[in-house]
Amino acid sequence: MGWRRKDLLTMRELEPGEILLVLDTAESLKEIATREIKKVPALRGKTVVNLFLEPSTRTRTSFEIAGKWLSADIINISGSSSSVVKGESLLDTAKNLEAMSPDIVVIRHASAGAAHLLARSLRCSVINGGDGAHEHPTQALLDLLTIREKKGHLEGLKAVIVGDIARSRVARSNIWGMRKLGMSVTVAGPPTLIPPHVGELGVKVAYAIEEAIRDADIIMMLRLQHERQEGQMTTGLFPSLREYSRLWGLTLEKLRGARDDVLIMHPGPVNRGIEMSPEVADGPYSVILEQVTNGVAVRMALLYLMAGGKGQ
Amino acid sequence: MSLREKAEVMDGPTLDRSLTRIAHEILERNQGGQDLALVGIKMRGEILARRIAEKLRTIEGIVVPVGALDITLYRDDLGMFDEQPLIKGTEIPFPITGKSVVLVDDVLFTGRTTRAALDAIMDLGRPRLIQLAVLVDRGHRELPLRADYVGKNLPTSRRELVQVLLREEDGQDRVVIQEPEE
Repeated sequence: MGWRRKDLLTMRELEPGEILLVLDTAESLKEIATREIKKVPALRGKTVVNLFLEPSTRTRTSFEIAGKWLSADIINISGSSSSVVKGESLLDTAKNLEAMSPDIVVIRHASAGAAHLLARSLRCSVINGGDGAHEHPTQALLDLLTIREKKGHLEGLKAVIVGDIARSRVARSNIWGMRKLGMSVTVAGPPTLIPPHVGELGVKVAYAIEEAIRDADIIMMLRLQHERQEGQMTTGLFPSLREYSRLWGLTLEKLRGARDDVLIMHPGPVNRGIEMSPEVADGPYSVILEQVTNGVAVRMALLYLMAGGKGQ
Repeated sequence: MSLREKAEVMDGPTLDRSLTRIAHEILERNQGGQDLALVGIKMRGEILARRIAEKLRTIEGIVVPVGALDITLYRDDLGMFDEQPLIKGTEIPFPITGKSVVLVDDVLFTGRTTRAALDAIMDLGRPRLIQLAVLVDRGHRELPLRADYVGKNLPTSRRELVQVLLREEDGQDRVVIQEPEE
């Protein structure tokens, strides 16, 4: 099966076959990273705009490297340096960009649905680089690639996702992707950070980390986005960072109850000492840096697949 | 458009004898095969390259490294289809700089695949020289290229399709010409 979509907005919309196509393509493209001269001519003459209206190092750099290795021209626009600060609306910014004929726009935005809005109004392809607390599909794809690489398969594996599930686009995209490929998913965190109807996504809920990780093949720790929660924390979602870290932070101590071949993942950036201790983040089970490497491969795959057809 | 078989131009034993001859020619042209490397163009070129390497081992007792090249990222028609062609991946697990590289493909036709393969190899290093071995040369070149080793020269018309079938992939060894049914 081939890629026929104009845009990549969510994991929710993807068919299992499409996810596997991205993973297979990414796996084949990984070889480029090992070359002395990391450049192939596949996207010569294509223009990719990185429209990042929310802080990001990893995702933006990853798309940028991916595009450059494929010979595309990459333009970066960040929130602080763009006309957004002059009060231009997102749609106006996008329309003006389109007038310069890019082939693909990657958007990161603090509001859920921003990528959809762009996709509806632009003729070029749109990739969602994270929209509010909604989805972050490229993160889920790189996570799936890392798991498949380490475990050899995806079906039947048990993943537990720990942290602020309610506000995590990483969790949401991973839940969709993992479920579609036959993995079972448990979410765990303080009850106030678990969305009320999360069971409808086909996941189990655990309210203690020790219980959640016992038979997990994968432990995915989420970043506690305390910078976004400042206001909410005072309204009582959890009493203090220290308590959160004591109850929900992953330490070597808690890891003793986990499987010997468990994978520990984190989308980054890690709050060392909050959601995981440094010994865990740098430990032998951690695949956090492989995730970053695979991020470039997955984004190369998407840029390649989406630069092809004129879409549906 | 459905195709029907017009003629079988090579059977299993003929195909094998062609590869044996190509292996001998490669040794002759490369003074016994020092610094030789075989790079097959995926899919069937890779299979042929492995077979030729096996023959070189039998004939001369030398072990020649074999790599597989996916030329998709170097195609000159990328972006011209609704769907991008599948990428199968390049696996060349040895340095090619300084090597005498024999590029292996099943059919030489317009020469566009060979052009892509040359660019792909040059991006990986600086070989001492590159030669081209093909099982079938069917003519109709669109670029100024020729093969150094040819299994069979096969005059064809443009509307025909030359198909190389190999045991590893297709369960049998033969080369057939197919033509569109009216």
